Amino acid sequence: MGLEEKIPDSIILTTVDKMANWAHKRSMWPLGFGLACCAIEMMSTFAPHFDLARFGMEVMRPSPRQADLMIVAGRVSMKMAPVVKTLYEQMPNPKWVLSMGACASCGGVFNNYAIVQGVDRIIPVDVYVPGCPPRPEQLIDGILKLYEQIEKESVKDKREEWGRRIG
Amino acid sequence: MTEQKTVTVNMGPQHPSTHGVLRVVLELDGETVIKATPVVGYLHTGIEKTMENKLYYKAIPCTDRMDYLAPMSNNLGYCLAVEKLMGIEVPEKVKWARVLLTELTRIKSHLVWLGTHALDLGAMSMLLYTFRERESIIDVYEAVSGQRMMSTYIRIGGLAKELPKDFDKWVRKVLKQVPQGMQDYIDLLSGNQIFINRTKGVAVISAEDALNYSLSGPMLRGSGIKHDLRKASPYSGYENFDFEIPVGRIGDAWDRYLLRLEEMRQSLRIVQQALDGMPEGPYRAHVPGVVLPPKEDVLYKMESMIHHFKIITEGFETPRGAVYQAIEAPKGELGYYISSDGSNKPHRVRVRPPSYINLGALPKMVEGRLLSDVICAIGTIDIVLGEVDR
Ligand code: SF4
Repeated sequence: MGLEEKIPDSIILTTVDKMANWAHKRSMWPLGFGLACCAIEMMSTFAPHFDLARFGMEVMRPSPRQADLMIVAGRVSMKMAPVVKTLYEQMPNPKWVLSMGACASCGGVFNNYAIVQGVDRIIPVDVYVPGCPPRPEQLIDGILKLYEQIEKESVKDKREEWGRRIG
Repeated sequence: MTEQKTVTVNMGPQHPSTHGVLRVVLELDGETVIKATPVVGYLHTGIEKTMENKLYYKAIPCTDRMDYLAPMSNNLGYCLAVEKLMGIEVPEKVKWARVLLTELTRIKSHLVWLGTHALDLGAMSMLLYTFRERESIIDVYEAVSGQRMMSTYIRIGGLAKELPKDFDKWVRKVLKQVPQGMQDYIDLLSGNQIFINRTKGVAVISAEDALNYSLSGPMLRGSGIKHDLRKASPYSGYENFDFEIPVGRIGDAWDRYLLRLEEMRQSLRIVQQALDGMPEGPYRAHVPGVVLPPKEDVLYKMESMIHHFKIITEGFETPRGAVYQAIEAPKGELGYYISSDGSNKPHRVRVRPPSYINLGALPKMVEGRLLSDVICAIGTIDIVLGEVDR
């Protein structure tokens, strides 16, 4: 109100939360990491027909150190589970996890000795996308849901989790 | 005197060019690979075991999820094996439709191979182009089965449902679009000096070694051995089609690149023939009690409904014994060995996965070569971890 009239046009007033959430949301780099069949649909989503670049996330990072979003695309086997967990731990905060497909969400059709019955048993999951495999549109929808969730986040609540960096 | 030391490097299981979750333990001397050991099992899903607990019908969806780049080929292999066990003869139309669809599957699988292989070697944009053409084949999948990837369309004794009315239209679109796309790939890669340097003379496997490692598919033919199950022991009516079997000369990655491109062309020829000559007829064999009756009958005929119900709930009894049926999948010989104890569930299903056996040649291909050739070798084998680990 009063303040806005006095400041030059090049300055925009906003809150830290809004600013941080906007930044997180608009350049979210997924970890380039596929496990099984769902990974192929994930690749289709990145390919021209569906073009995930529209949402600012065409850059797949092969290194977890540079990634913000882990898309668990496919079934997680008992042998792979420790690797997935390590990868998650290697990702810097803030980080999000999207579980893609029936297998990653709950074991899918493979209720047996070899498959972890849902990746949420080893790492926290933010969004579940059902399907076997989910269509690219479904994955995009899942990502948009994640964006909605990020919009509601507050830096204050995350302070503990993220450490003192932004303290 | 300086001491010679080797370094052990771990590649994978999370590595962008291992096509999933393959792990290779490499012993390096400088940049030279002394020893390469593939470590598999990171995607072990227990599919064979799961299939033992399912009725014959209900095991079909498990096959899709093995080689997920070529689901229909897997369906076909399994269904042919069960049909062999039960002595079911399928109608002509079913055979032709199956050939058409599996050849489209071959193209689809090779497209992903081409895109990812070129991506590994630094030609990033190839993936974008190949996935463009792949979408047109996925449209066919979706038109016939309603699913983009895991179609489970080929069933025991026939197909899941009648081919859609606009089937023609979708397939013709593929026939038009894929050759155009292939011209793009050739323009981009065949004269590309970087691609040539990284594939020519790399990942060589001689004809003798190829036989000793029991390689199959493009890995075998790339070394100059003309062996293709579609010609050697035709199944599903392949003897009615006119096509060539391309072979390579020295068995390097470049040869296999040319060979797979040629295979795609030949597949397009088969698809064209199958589309033009598709006979009329039922889409399922008439074997009451074993093959599901057509859906229309289930809705209106009491008997068909009872059969349908019985097959879905109890399955069917099988004769005791064992069968082996192999088909030429995009990656090589895909075989299903089914042993039956006479009950309604398979006693044991064993899959001969082509990419697993082809992967066995990896150490032979890379030992003594440079580290960067390992990437090329993994790409050129065309592995799918779902099938390697099952
Ligand atoms: S959900 Fe389906 S498509 Fe995805 S990994 Fe599991 S079996 Fe494959």
